[in-house]
Amino acid sequence: MGGYEHTLWTLFLPVISFVLLGLFGRKYFSKSAGLIGVFLLLLTTALSLYTAYQYFFVNGLVDGIYQKIDAFKFTWLTFSPGVSIDMGIMLDPISVMMLVVVSSVSLMVHIFSLGYMKGEERFATYYSFLGLFTFAMLGLVVSSNLFQMYMFWELVGISSYLLIGFHFQRPSAVAASKKAFIVTRFADLGFLIGILMLAFYGGSLDFNTIIQHLSAQQSSAYLAATTASFLGVTALTWGLTLVFMGGAGKSAMFPLHVWLPDAMEGPTPVSALIHAATMVVAGVYLVARLFPLYALNGASLEIVLNVGLFTALFAAIIACTQTDIKRVLAYSTMSQIGFMMFALGVSGTQGEQGLGYTASMFHLFTHAFFKSLLFLGAGAVIHFVHSNEMKDMGGLRKWMPLTHLAFLIACLAIAGIPPFAGFFSKEEILLATYNKSIWVYAIALITSGLTAFYMFRLYFSIFWRKEYNGHSHPHEGTMSMKIPLIILAVCSALVGLIPFGKFVSVGNQPLETHFHLMFSILPIIIGVAGILIALLMYKKENDRPQNMAQAFGNFYRAAKNRFYMDELYLFVTKNIIFKWVGRPSAWFDRKVVDGSMDEIANLTLETSKAIKGLQSGKVQRYAMYFFGGIAFLIILFVYILK
Amino acid sequence: MIPVSHILILSATLFFIGMYGFVTRKNLITMLMSLELMLNSVNINFVAFNKYLYPGKLDGIFFTIFIIAVAAAEAAVAISIIINLYRTHKTIDVGAATELKH
Repeated sequence: MGGYEHTLWTLFLPVISFVLLGLFGRKYFSKSAGLIGVFLLLLTTALSLYTAYQYFFVNGLVDGIYQKIDAFKFTWLTFSPGVSIDMGIMLDPISVMMLVVVSSVSLMVHIFSLGYMKGEERFATYYSFLGLFTFAMLGLVVSSNLFQMYMFWELVGISSYLLIGFHFQRPSAVAASKKAFIVTRFADLGFLIGILMLAFYGGSLDFNTIIQHLSAQQSSAYLAATTASFLGVTALTWGLTLVFMGGAGKSAMFPLHVWLPDAMEGPTPVSALIHAATMVVAGVYLVARLFPLYALNGASLEIVLNVGLFTALFAAIIACTQTDIKRVLAYSTMSQIGFMMFALGVSGTQGEQGLGYTASMFHLFTHAFFKSLLFLGAGAVIHFVHSNEMKDMGGLRKWMPLTHLAFLIACLAIAGIPPFAGFFSKEEILLATYNKSIWVYAIALITSGLTAFYMFRLYFSIFWRKEYNGHSHPHEGTMSMKIPLIILAVCSALVGLIPFGKFVSVGNQPLETHFHLMFSILPIIIGVAGILIALLMYKKENDRPQNMAQAFGNFYRAAKNRFYMDELYLFVTKNIIFKWVGRPSAWFDRKVVDGSMDEIANLTLETSKAIKGLQSGKVQRYAMYFFGGIAFLIILFVYILK
Repeated sequence: MIPVSHILILSATLFFIGMYGFVTRKNLITMLMSLELMLNSVNINFVAFNKYLYPGKLDGIFFTIFIIAVAAAEAAVAISIIINLYRTHKTIDVGAATELKH
């Protein structure tokens, strides 16, 4: 199963881009940085696509399943003969799928940024950060063990931090980048503890070994992990839940979602890449990676299901009330990731029951395309309108016909209108939830109706509603901004037709997915209804939205204020953590830790002051001391101590 | 033959005279002379013990000669220090050389 040496280059090429542009970019490549980045990414994408082709079509099925392939592996740190940390590239259907998604979306963003970021002072630095991010994300998806994944996990975290804070002259961007970093770091603490627990009971850091050890129900490792318990919950459940906490932080699941809307301070192409298509789905990917364990452990899977479901609905409600178009998209992203999460939550491990898993990965795949398209479209709009607010837009369809068309396709895709991509994946998710529980299905259905509504609210507010009367003259961007929109629009329209179950399924056994016409009617009707309501309310300026807002009263206000989650966090941090933990700790540090050191220093000082009089500089005084000392010693040794 | 105690009393007397002079005199030259006095009292001890306890050996006498040589070198160094002190301070009073205190 060799022949995957080129896959290693998918990681190296972005690193080359990062190092080259990071070190020499501003001096030597201030103009050509973008082209260098795009060129290297083009190679990366070509290699990824070739890897996917080779994996799915050349090696293909062996014994009816897609085998896991270690394309590359070496032992990095050996602590003892049994414990070592490896670095490796593991190829299996989901990692290959992610390779394709990450590299192609990254390529689109690289190209789009050529136009979008043109004239920025730190143009080369921007591309070097993009290279770092692409490297880290590709490394994350091909990781063969938990620890390697954790390292790349932190690397995507830091590149996200760097890119959110790219315009560091703006205090809000600095605050947002810090917030994103701290919140995800906090979640990663849970992730690290979870890794250590899984590694301890699984006896390894390697994904395959851990899964093998902990999913065999008779094995001693499984018994040890399920008998040991803390607070009445077994160690295995703790481990998996803590790992999920890391995933929830990165994927902006409630209640660790607060950083994502603020992360929109970053340049819009960055939001498209990191905060819509790739990094934020890392949590979903993590759960999918360890899915055999979650599937065996009902309690932790239940948590995944409930958190995902709640976030999907919660974020969808908030998205209906926001006026900053990027924030609408951010909440929409959270909601869609919630879909992916609860699709995993309802999945089983065998054949048809594993539909949720396939559906989740399928939605991840399609979502990457239409959501990055939405963000790039929004980026094009923001670039020429110079505002994020809906009220400054409207009527843009005449000025930006191509962007308008691309945006419309993406909106139809996310709303789940056939035959666009989102329809197929969402359909599978709904089917999987329907098979599991009618309540989950109902909530999912409501959420997808809300999705259609808020996306078309966004669409009509940007492109219809009124004649554009702003000060700037919006127009289509350069070629480099148009091409990604066209490519992504084509993808958003067509990728749904891929028979995804054939490639990605739980157990890596091809799964035949059926299309149920009768089942699809209800979701389509709900989606269309959402669009029609949005059409009535937002196509032309009228007072229906206000009436609606008034009808909902307090609920509307709460949603508009994001259910006061930020305020809650502020309250908790300022009034509880800072006051009751931070200040006492600071006091302890200043008074006890520093204080004891200060006292030691003071004591030395005082002693030296007391005895420095002895050192008078008078030779004869010294001689006296000397003779006195000798006389004393003589008396001591001769007469007393004999 | 003179008993050894007489010689020891002599050397002890010399030593304490030297010590007294070293501690009380302010003039560096006088202090140096007192120092020589103490050294010589030690020499007397060496010679006396050599003569009375180990008459056949010469170790004590060699040591004495060695001390005399060292004392000569020491006197040379001390006098050059005193000259330098005189050049900088225009005095050879030991109380003047207390800069190290500060």
